[in-house]
Amino acid sequence: MAPYIGKPTSRVDGHAKVTGGAKYAAEFNVRDLAHASVVTSAIARGRIARIDPSEAMRVEGVIDVLTHRNRPPMAASASAYRDDVGPENGSPFRPLYNDKVAFSRQPIALVVAEQPEIARFAASLVRVDYEENKHVTDLFRRGNKIVVLDDPAAPRGNAGKAYAESNVRVEAQYFVPMEHHNPMELYAATAVWEDGKITVYDKTQGVQNVHRYLCSVFGMKPDDLRVLSPFVGGAFGLGLRPQYEAVLAVLAARALKRSVRLVLTRQQMYGLSYRPATIERLAIGANAAGTINAVTHEAIAITSRYEDFARNDTAWSGLLYKSSSARYSHKLAKLDLPTPSDMRAPGAASGVYALECAMDELAVALNVDPVELRYRVYSDRDQNNDVPFTSKRLRECYRQGAQAFGWDKRNPAPRSMRDGGELVGWGMATGVWEALQMNTAARIVLTANGHAEVACGTSDIGTGTYTIMTQVAADMLGLPLENITVKLGDSVQPQSPVEGGSWTAASVSHAIAAAAAEIKRELLRLAKAAPESPLRGLKVHDVALADGNLADRRDARRFVSIADAMRYGAMERLEKESSADFKDDSAYARNTHSAVLAEVRVDEELGVIRVTRIVSAVAAGRILNTKTARSQI
Amino acid sequence: MINFQYSRASDVADAVRQISAERAAKFIAGGTNLIDLMKEDVERPSRLIDISRLPLKTIEETEDGGLSIGALMSNSDLAYHPLIAQRYPLLASAILAGASAQLRNMASAGGNLLQRTRCAYFYDLATPCNKREPGSGCSAINGVNRMHAILGTSHACIATHPSDMCVALAALEARVRVTGTAGDRVIEFADFHRLPGKTPQRDTNLRSDEIVTAIELPAQGFAANYTYLKIRDRLSYAFSLVSVAAALELESGTIKEARLALGGVAHRPRRDAAVEAALRGQPAGRIAFAHGADMLLRDARGFAHNGFKIELAHRCIVRALTQAAQSTPQSQSDKRIR
Repeated sequence: MAPYIGKPTSRVDGHAKVTGGAKYAAEFNVRDLAHASVVTSAIARGRIARIDPSEAMRVEGVIDVLTHRNRPPMAASASAYRDDVGPENGSPFRPLYNDKVAFSRQPIALVVAEQPEIARFAASLVRVDYEENKHVTDLFRRGNKIVVLDDPAAPRGNAGKAYAESNVRVEAQYFVPMEHHNPMELYAATAVWEDGKITVYDKTQGVQNVHRYLCSVFGMKPDDLRVLSPFVGGAFGLGLRPQYEAVLAVLAARALKRSVRLVLTRQQMYGLSYRPATIERLAIGANAAGTINAVTHEAIAITSRYEDFARNDTAWSGLLYKSSSARYSHKLAKLDLPTPSDMRAPGAASGVYALECAMDELAVALNVDPVELRYRVYSDRDQNNDVPFTSKRLRECYRQGAQAFGWDKRNPAPRSMRDGGELVGWGMATGVWEALQMNTAARIVLTANGHAEVACGTSDIGTGTYTIMTQVAADMLGLPLENITVKLGDSVQPQSPVEGGSWTAASVSHAIAAAAAEIKRELLRLAKAAPESPLRGLKVHDVALADGNLADRRDARRFVSIADAMRYGAMERLEKESSADFKDDSAYARNTHSAVLAEVRVDEELGVIRVTRIVSAVAAGRILNTKTARSQI
Repeated sequence: MINFQYSRASDVADAVRQISAERAAKFIAGGTNLIDLMKEDVERPSRLIDISRLPLKTIEETEDGGLSIGALMSNSDLAYHPLIAQRYPLLASAILAGASAQLRNMASAGGNLLQRTRCAYFYDLATPCNKREPGSGCSAINGVNRMHAILGTSHACIATHPSDMCVALAALEARVRVTGTAGDRVIEFADFHRLPGKTPQRDTNLRSDEIVTAIELPAQGFAANYTYLKIRDRLSYAFSLVSVAAALELESGTIKEARLALGGVAHRPRRDAAVEAALRGQPAGRIAFAHGADMLLRDARGFAHNGFKIELAHRCIVRALTQAAQSTPQSQSDKRIR
């Protein structure tokens, strides 16, 4: 029985969001709040020779100007700045730590004032002299410092030889430019100071990650710091790692022993992070019948000088299509930029884009329809690890997507389709991503009036986590949606990883189910203790929660209401916390798949390009909410 | 804090009195450009003289059969005014090609004329800019100049004027009515904006004590054969790479009168009477249009990133004149280029 899971349920937080009731990090007001503004570096590499805050300090209403010279103590060791998702290799950026400038728009001073306007104005008066070094921010520059990483996946066969022996060969290189997340909500943190304890409202995708990080950076006891992020106005991966607004707001609060808010400007957000620019090189060898013999995929991506950020760009190429040989490599060009970060299917969005373009080249070389080519090289196994998929419905994606699009009317001859003065092109591509699950805990507090509060330290970055958690809890507890309250985005809540990687729904749902099972077990114990209990003798798997009752699965007339069960046990509230722990099961590959078909129109003479139609067919397992799922496509 | 005074002008004479009394004062109407510039610290007026309540928001018929547009009419009210939509659809189209509905609701007609360039270096205080700080140098000439001018540039400045509306006004031979301490005067549209020369800090020939009170349109509106064609990096809410206001008067396939103005390519709308004279008497077709484009772009010169604009402008002129000749003006809502 699942009256809610899978149904197109409107967002439970929708009303609060459109009426302004949902509060974001910069909207929590407290008494005596000071306001901070960041001064960022005007050079990309060098050191601060002199920093003079005197003019800024003279502005009425300015409380302090913090720089690397006068800030309160922070952890010295770079390892103290590590977080749950940052790169393993390298040494994380330490805001306001010393005089070194590693990238343009690096924070180098923080002005704190009574009003945000005063802080921002005074920030413009901080005088900085630099010793500037030559910087490199161009991936294409010769002589860049290149780091070769371990192969993203094990090679198979001899791809070089197989390619050379192939009848049909396609070699191609693609460039993916740097892309910025710049979500609608500005990066902001409000650090509320209360007798040495600090509550931080931060814009983040992981309150517990930020909590651990800040405790480590400032040597604070976990109980003295709390991080909240009840609503997030978009993040797209930029909020996975702790960003400097949280560090600087806490730094200022500790320096002044006062509550401080810091809001970054839209321009300053370009100094946070980005999807790395990459050069993707592919070589695909095939025979005339349209089977692939060899795939070689190399990526060169940019990273900072101080950390090696890398994601899997290339191994998708040998995973997605049947090929007897495959080889991958990933290199990094170390530039004078902040470290890149995850952004919407990191790695895949760049690498699969290149692969799919190369597949189109192959389809042309083979004179085969692009969809037909993908059927011919379809793989029912993950060849990188030689294991089957938990599920793979990509064939159906191709079939249904092509049907909805009207793909059979496509004329494959280049320049053959026109509408008026426009050339019309129809193209398609495969999409693939991981279907991950991460250990996550959830707590349910059930009260005798039949209301349940469900809590988890995850985030809702706009994807609908509040809503699907409500649906899952309602079904698992047999209660109506309106009897469920979801709490998330608070570091004191049960442990959850950052919300990212597309793993949250598939992880937190199981945690809720596990906690609900504990609730059910306890309710059964209480119900059986009642005199003449209709459930006596029944085991936990013999009963189900539905319509506010615990009932015999075989005979729904035999039931005890939740309220009665709790009354028998003299319980006002039942509280259960449980976690979903996922075994690392390497016997299966877990992926989601999609087929995307697009119509593009080009006015050739004027170079105007319009994307006029897109059809996406997605196989992503069990869809919890068709409405929020659609909004993600 | 950089404080400024705020005062309201009670009438046009009071506005002139106030602006002439304070050198660093500025008028504010919609504020869609000035407020941004103040936030970025590019403009630092000592006083904002609020003219938004002055009674300059109507359209009136003029004696010569044209229209006089109050300088404080919003861009939206202007574009959707029935007299403009019917008689001067080129102007309506150009306005609707620019900005967003929200900005057009706020922005005034006079303010549209006086908006400043969107050159990124003009906005970036960390870089030199002769327009912002005369004598400091031009960062765009050797910088990222994809959006910049290809005509009428100088060693001091290669910025473009960002307006769409002004391109149509140039083609329509509008006049700008102004009032100053010396009284009223009328400025021909071609004389209103300046080329950068050695004084790029001066965008227009408006005197420091003058206020724009009206924009006058002559009787001929070219409502039958016109188009406003704007090419930009994304199809809405972006400044133009190249835009063309084209208007024709045809007599059995022959060009009787032609108007042609380019936007996105110079410090002011680019128009050349000699080009229009050369079009007159020619059959309305590709040969004449291409010749006109050649003439108008004769002195065009590209920089590192905007050389493509020359060829793009050429093709846009031919396409726009074709649209005008065929009475198939570019729609500003359906983004397909006709």
